[in-house]
Amino acid sequence: MNSWGHVLIRVLIYLVAAPLLGGLLAGIDRRISARMQSRVGPPLLQPFYDVAKLWSKEPIVVRRSQNFYIIFFFLLTVFTGGLFFCGSDLLLVFFALTLSGIFFILGAYKASSPYSFVGASRELIQVMAYEPIVLLTAVGLYMATGTFQVDAIWGGAFHPLKALPGAHIPVLLLPGVFVALLYAMEIKFRKSPFDLAASHHAHQELVRGITTEFSGPTLAMIEVAHWYENVMLLGWIFLFFGSCWPAGLIACAVTYFLLLVVDNVCARVKWPVMLRSAWGMTLVFGFGNIVVLSLLK
Amino acid sequence: MGLIPLLIAVPFLIGLALLLITRDCIRKPVVAAGVLAVMAGSVLLAALPSISPNLFQLPLLQGVVNRELANRAMLIVEGAISLYLIWVGLRSSQWQKWLIPLLVVGQAALLLPLELGGGHHPAVAQNLFCDKFSIIMALIIGIVGGLICLYALGYMREFHESHHPEMPDRRNRFFAILFIFLGAMYGVVFANNLFWLYFFWEITTLSSFWLIGYKGNDESRRNARRALVMNLAGGLGFAAAIYWQVRSGHPASLDAMIASGAAVALLPAALLAFAGITKSAQLPFSSWLLGAMVAPTPVSALLHSSTMVNAGVYLVLRMSPILRDTTAGLLVASVGALTFLATSLVAITASDAKKVLAYSTIANLGLIVLCGGIGTPAAVWAGVLLIVFHAIAKGLLFLCVGVIEHKLHSRDINDMSGLILKMPRLSIMLQIGMAGMFLAPFGMLISKWAVLKAVVDAQPLLSFFIVFGSAATLFFWVKWMGVLLEVTQPHANVERNIGRGEWVALYALAGLTFGTCMLFPLLSSFLIVPYVKAQYHLADFSVMGQGNVIIMIIMLALVSLFPLSFLHYGRHVKVVDPYLGGANTGQGNQFTGSAGAVHGMSMQNYYLSAMLPEAKLMLAGVVLAGLLLAGLLLGVALV
Repeated sequence: MNSWGHVLIRVLIYLVAAPLLGGLLAGIDRRISARMQSRVGPPLLQPFYDVAKLWSKEPIVVRRSQNFYIIFFFLLTVFTGGLFFCGSDLLLVFFALTLSGIFFILGAYKASSPYSFVGASRELIQVMAYEPIVLLTAVGLYMATGTFQVDAIWGGAFHPLKALPGAHIPVLLLPGVFVALLYAMEIKFRKSPFDLAASHHAHQELVRGITTEFSGPTLAMIEVAHWYENVMLLGWIFLFFGSCWPAGLIACAVTYFLLLVVDNVCARVKWPVMLRSAWGMTLVFGFGNIVVLSLLK
Repeated sequence: MGLIPLLIAVPFLIGLALLLITRDCIRKPVVAAGVLAVMAGSVLLAALPSISPNLFQLPLLQGVVNRELANRAMLIVEGAISLYLIWVGLRSSQWQKWLIPLLVVGQAALLLPLELGGGHHPAVAQNLFCDKFSIIMALIIGIVGGLICLYALGYMREFHESHHPEMPDRRNRFFAILFIFLGAMYGVVFANNLFWLYFFWEITTLSSFWLIGYKGNDESRRNARRALVMNLAGGLGFAAAIYWQVRSGHPASLDAMIASGAAVALLPAALLAFAGITKSAQLPFSSWLLGAMVAPTPVSALLHSSTMVNAGVYLVLRMSPILRDTTAGLLVASVGALTFLATSLVAITASDAKKVLAYSTIANLGLIVLCGGIGTPAAVWAGVLLIVFHAIAKGLLFLCVGVIEHKLHSRDINDMSGLILKMPRLSIMLQIGMAGMFLAPFGMLISKWAVLKAVVDAQPLLSFFIVFGSAATLFFWVKWMGVLLEVTQPHANVERNIGRGEWVALYALAGLTFGTCMLFPLLSSFLIVPYVKAQYHLADFSVMGQGNVIIMIIMLALVSLFPLSFLHYGRHVKVVDPYLGGANTGQGNQFTGSAGAVHGMSMQNYYLSAMLPEAKLMLAGVVLAGLLLAGLLLGVALV
């Protein structure tokens, strides 16, 4: 267990660094996507300019309490990232993230417009699509490393019963779980072909789903919450490489680039395709991996 | 002293008294006093831990419970019940005509020779016992069950006077059975002698049969008989367990079974687990609990939260030390896991509020049965915790839906749109109950965390059922919450004429849902951990590290701040109509489209019924679970 001072410093670093990194990532995302579409694209810092501009706008709502849900979505997303980067229990991190996601969805339901209602329903289907593999990730990492503690996994913990060569790098024991999680990442990062609830591509939809009725500072908050979330999602990828951090960093970069490529070459699919394929991937690769791992005793 | 025999006997006596009271003005104080008595008794039992261990040494108590007279009396009542059930069976139609008598006669054939032959009773040192698990169950029966009885006072008056004037008013019978049910439940959780446990077990079967059939129309009578058949099948398993235990020369008592372990007691344990599975409505026996929703809502609340199904999971969890690390245990766990997944998926397709609640009950009981089958200390800890949180939250949810059904004349989830305006307080309580059922950081989450950890430690492959089942659970709860929140047009407040007893029950359960989450570390360290330690002879046991408990409490505190944000309600925002894809007419839910036509709008949830066909999924579940149970029973028969 860390001392409280140590935890506090980590929390502070995370609170400041995560949105900066997330915003930059969003900028890079837009630049690279533009290049893939033979455009020049906006400046690297455009996401920050966008958020600043949104912040200065007048708050407009349909239902007077709709923004409260978004405030708690924001707080809980930040809290979840804090839990993760302080190295606490991975299952709790996942549960907390689910809770924050639910606040987002409830906010959209509360807004009571047909477009945000459809967006909320679709977001909910997305959550249902990726939830199994996210939980299986925790299960798999626990089987490989013998712990749910993020700190211990980063420290290179490995399960004494599964002490194969390279056991301190969990991904070597969990290739299937990793592949299935990558598939789910496409959903979690809100990328095509699974950007059903709200797309950031103008050509995908005429009215923006889940965020239709959110504007001004609230929309800015949603944006920043996503930056926090994205940084943590990359942290999950990193986690698969245990104490081998150079490999982890490379994996994060490769993953993000891969997500962008898929985003730009795929059109949006219908929800049954997403749900079936995500659960199928979870079952075949994710659970298949767990079966193999349980036989390795 | 003799608190435990009193707890069992007093509800029975109150029940018999209520049978004679037909005037509502007299019934009210009697029921209220009875509820206070059972609550006080349960709390007293929990609050006086020092007396429980040597309770049985008190001569008075020994005299009351160990006399042969008590056994004789039970035998006579049991005989009367059997004859009555045979009569019920003969009056019913088709296959039930022979099945019900056959099941009753089968039980009698197994047990009667043992009871008349004697020789088994001296071997059981204590007919009753009381440990921390019994105390937890007693608290649930007393507090949640008691609150439901209070609620029933107002509910049943409205039920008969405003909604079903055509039905004969048999409220005296109704309340009598409610209390007899509570008494029988106390008997189940305090009985150590298996004959006694079986006696109370059969009374719960009979009470539920009467309560489900209360309305007296064809549908309720049919569903009541179905419940009866399935529970009698479980009772047959129970009788077989006793028969085997006695015939192999062992004392017919729970403590003896647990002390002798899997090498000796696995067979009767498997049979008792089978009985528990039927009573807790696991697949393939789920249909009786689904059918039970024809009964008035307090009955559903009682069956689903504090009585009936709890008796089933109680017995399975009692068997856990024996089932641990055995094939029988794995089969039991698989039935629970399969039930959790199948019913969670099917719940997505339901739009009837009571049906969603029923499926979710069966799913949660599945998790508990899963814990019981795995049987490791951590799994049992999680299972007991699940029973507590589920009982409170589910009681609250049913009671809310009952009131809503009376006021809106519908229990369809789609009709609950705008409930926050129609019935603001009910709507918030309903949401508290739902949060308690599935959301971090409320109770269920703690349990789910523990279940997942216990499963991965013991049977990682069963995690398959949990991860998919949890995803489905999330989906059907959140979409229901969403409907409660959305408001597309103004509604009048209809939250009127709700009785005081109903409000007391609702507020108390809502408070308990929250309170047990806050106080869960105390609940765990004073009751559940000592029980697990004693049961498994562990010197040291903890499931959840202190760091995690602190994180949960921080989260709970964070979420509790949410209502505070409403202090800021409507300030500094500009309110506009929603975007509708046309020119808003100012009505909020209408827009002017092309050619000046005015259109309305409506919003409907996803039910995924094409992807998840209810009938097919349930059939698959029944077949698979049936095979697993057939394997279990076949294994028993072969040994």
